[in-house]
Amino acid sequence: MGAFDTIILILDSTIRLAVPLMFACLAGLYSERAGVFDIGLEGKMLAAAFAGAAAASVMGSAWLGLGAAIVVSVALALVHGFASITHRGNQIVSGVAINFIAAGATIILGQAWFRQGGRTPALTGDERFLPINFPFAEALRDVPIIGQIYSELLSGHSILVYLAFLTVPFTWWVLFRTRCGLRLRAVGENPGAVDTAGISVTWLRYRAVICCGILCGFAGAYLSVAQNAGFVKDMTAGKGFIALAALIFAKWKPVNAMLACLLFGFLDAVAIRFAGIRLGVVEVPPQFMQALPYILTVVLLAGFIGKAIPPKAGGQAYVKER
Amino acid sequence: MAVPYAKLPAWVDYGVIPLVNLIIAFLVAGLVVLLVGENPLRAAALLIQGAFGTGDGIGYTLYYATNFIFTGLCVAVAFHCGLFNIGGEGQAYVGGLGVAVACLTFDSVFPWWINLPLATICAAMVGAAWAFIPAYLQAKRGSHIVITTIMFNFIAASLMVWLLVGILKPEGSMAPETRNFVEGAHLPKLGFMIELFGYRVRNAPFNITFLLALLSAFAVWVLIWRTRLGYEIRTMGHSASAAKYAGINQTKIIVITMMISGALAGMMALNPVMGAQERLQLDFVTGAGFVGIAVALIGRSHPAGIIPAAILFGMLYQGGAEIAFEMPRISRDMIVIIQGLVILFAGALEHMFRPQIQQAYFILTGGGRSAPAETPAAGE
Repeated sequence: MGAFDTIILILDSTIRLAVPLMFACLAGLYSERAGVFDIGLEGKMLAAAFAGAAAASVMGSAWLGLGAAIVVSVALALVHGFASITHRGNQIVSGVAINFIAAGATIILGQAWFRQGGRTPALTGDERFLPINFPFAEALRDVPIIGQIYSELLSGHSILVYLAFLTVPFTWWVLFRTRCGLRLRAVGENPGAVDTAGISVTWLRYRAVICCGILCGFAGAYLSVAQNAGFVKDMTAGKGFIALAALIFAKWKPVNAMLACLLFGFLDAVAIRFAGIRLGVVEVPPQFMQALPYILTVVLLAGFIGKAIPPKAGGQAYVKER
Repeated sequence: MAVPYAKLPAWVDYGVIPLVNLIIAFLVAGLVVLLVGENPLRAAALLIQGAFGTGDGIGYTLYYATNFIFTGLCVAVAFHCGLFNIGGEGQAYVGGLGVAVACLTFDSVFPWWINLPLATICAAMVGAAWAFIPAYLQAKRGSHIVITTIMFNFIAASLMVWLLVGILKPEGSMAPETRNFVEGAHLPKLGFMIELFGYRVRNAPFNITFLLALLSAFAVWVLIWRTRLGYEIRTMGHSASAAKYAGINQTKIIVITMMISGALAGMMALNPVMGAQERLQLDFVTGAGFVGIAVALIGRSHPAGIIPAAILFGMLYQGGAEIAFEMPRISRDMIVIIQGLVILFAGALEHMFRPQIQQAYFILTGGGRSAPAETPAAGE
C-alpha cells in the first residue's frame, strides 16, 4: 500500500471520528453562546446513543432511532435548563450530574431490557444508517488520485456525516445572520440588555439548550446507529469532553469548531493507525497522541496560542432586577 | 423566586435541606429500580444488609468510605475558595504514582510505619503538583479551572497507561501493573476494630488509612475555620473582590488551596494502592474522585458532614455490589445513577425546595419573625 493510500485511509477515518465531535461541539456552541455552560455533552450523547440503538433495534428503523435519540437528549437538556436557568443552580454541577445519570442509566436499562451485558442487540439492514455511495463512485475508483478522493473520501459515508458538515454553515448562518442568532449571542454576552429589549432571557436560553439537546441527539445516534451497529456501554468514552475542548479551541465559532473537530479526529485516527510514531530518534507513544487534544486545549486556555475568551455571561444565571 | 432567602438556623440549613434533597434523590432512584422491574424497598433492604450485615460488609463499606473522605475533602477545600476541582480523579490517579514510587523503592528497606509517612508525602506531593498547573493557569491567566482540571483528568489517564505498560511494568509481565509490594509496604488492617463488636472479618481491606482520613478531616477543619489561611480562603470564596480589597494575594490563595485540594486527592491513592491491592494497577481510582463531588455537596463542605456522607456512599458502593447478586437486573452501576441524582438534587437544585422548607419552618416556629414568611414564595 502506497503512502497515498495510507493518507486517504487516515483522512477517511478522520472524517468518521470527527463527525460525533462536530455534532456535540456545535451543540455546545448553541448552549454556551447563550450563556449556559454545558459539561453534560458527554452524558447527553451517551444517553442518545443508547436510546437511538434501543429504539432502532426494537422498531426496526434507523430514523425512529434517531428520533428517540433526539427526544432523550432534549429531555436531559431540559433537566439541565430547569436546574441552571429556572432554579439558577450551578451549571457545572448540573452538567456533572447529567453525565453520571446517563452513564448509570444506560447500563442499568440496557441490562434490564436486553440482557446482553449493557449492549443493545446488533443492528442490521434498515436498522442502521448505511453508507451512501455517490454516483460513479465505483467506476471512478481506478482513476489516480481524484478517483480515490472521490470514491473513498467523499463517497460512502452515512447520511449523518453529510448532515454534520451541512450543520456547520447552517449554524454559522443562524448565529450570525438571523435575528434569533443575534439575540442568542446577546443573551450570552449581556442578558440584561436582552431583557431590557423586552425579550425573555429564560425562554431564549431554553431554546438554546433545546438546540443543544437536538444536536447531541444526532451525535449519539451517529455513534450507535451509523458508525457502530449498536450500543456498547460507555461508548462515548470522553468524546463529549473532547468536543468541549474543541469548542474552546475553536473560540466558540462554528467553522473553527469544524476544523478543531477535524484536527482532533485526525489525531485520533493517527493514534489508531500507528501504534507508535517515530519522529527522528524519539518514539511518540500512542497515549501521547490520545492526550494531545487535551494538552492542546490547556495550552490554548493558558493563552499561549491566541486567547480563548468565553461568552461574557457564560456560567452565570440571570437574575432579573426587581 | 422573588423572595430573597431568609436566614434559617444552621440545623435547617445544614441538616434539613441536604436531608430533604437526599431523600428526593433516593425516591427518584427508587423509580428507576421500579422501572427495571424490581422492588425498591427490597433493594434498599438488601443494600443495608450488604453494607452492614456482616463484618466484611462493614469493612468494605468503611474501606470505600476512606476513599470518599479524601476526595470529598479535596472537593470541599476547593469549594471554600469558590473553585470547582473536578480533577480529583486525575489527582488521585497520579497520587498512586507517588505511593508506588515510595513503596517500590523502600518496601524492602523500611518497616510500614516509616513507609506510610513516606508514601503519604509522595502521594500528596504528586497530587498537589498535578493540581498546581490548573491552579496557576486559573490564577495567572484566567483559564477556567473546571475545564483545565477535566483536561488534566484525561492527561493523567493517558500518562498512567503509558507508565504502566512501559517503565513501571516488571520485566516479562503482561499485566499493566507494578510488581507486588513486599512486607515493608503492607499496611495493618483494622478488621479487629469491627471484630470488637462481635463480627467476623476475613478479607475486607479496611486499613489504617481510614484513621489517616479522619485525621485529615480534622486537619481540614482546623485549616478552614481556625487558621488565618483558612479565613483568607473563605473570604476568597465569598467574594473575590472583597478579598482583593482586603489585600489578600489572590494568586497565592488560589494556588495554595488547589494544591491542598490536590494533595488530599493524591492521598486517597494510599488506601487502594498500599492498603488493598499492594501494587499499582490501571484505573484503581474507579470514579472515587467524582464521588467526592457528591460527598462534598451532601456534606455541605464541612468535615463533620463529609464523614457521614462518605460512609453513606461507602454503603452504596458495598451494598450495591451485594444487590447485584440477588437482583440480576440491578448492577453496581445503579450507584452511578444515585450519585448523579444526589449531585443534581443536592447540588444544582439545592434551593428548589428551600422556599417550601422556609415557609414550613416559619409556620412551625409560630409565624413570621420577618417579612419573607408572609410574602408567598411564588413568582419565579
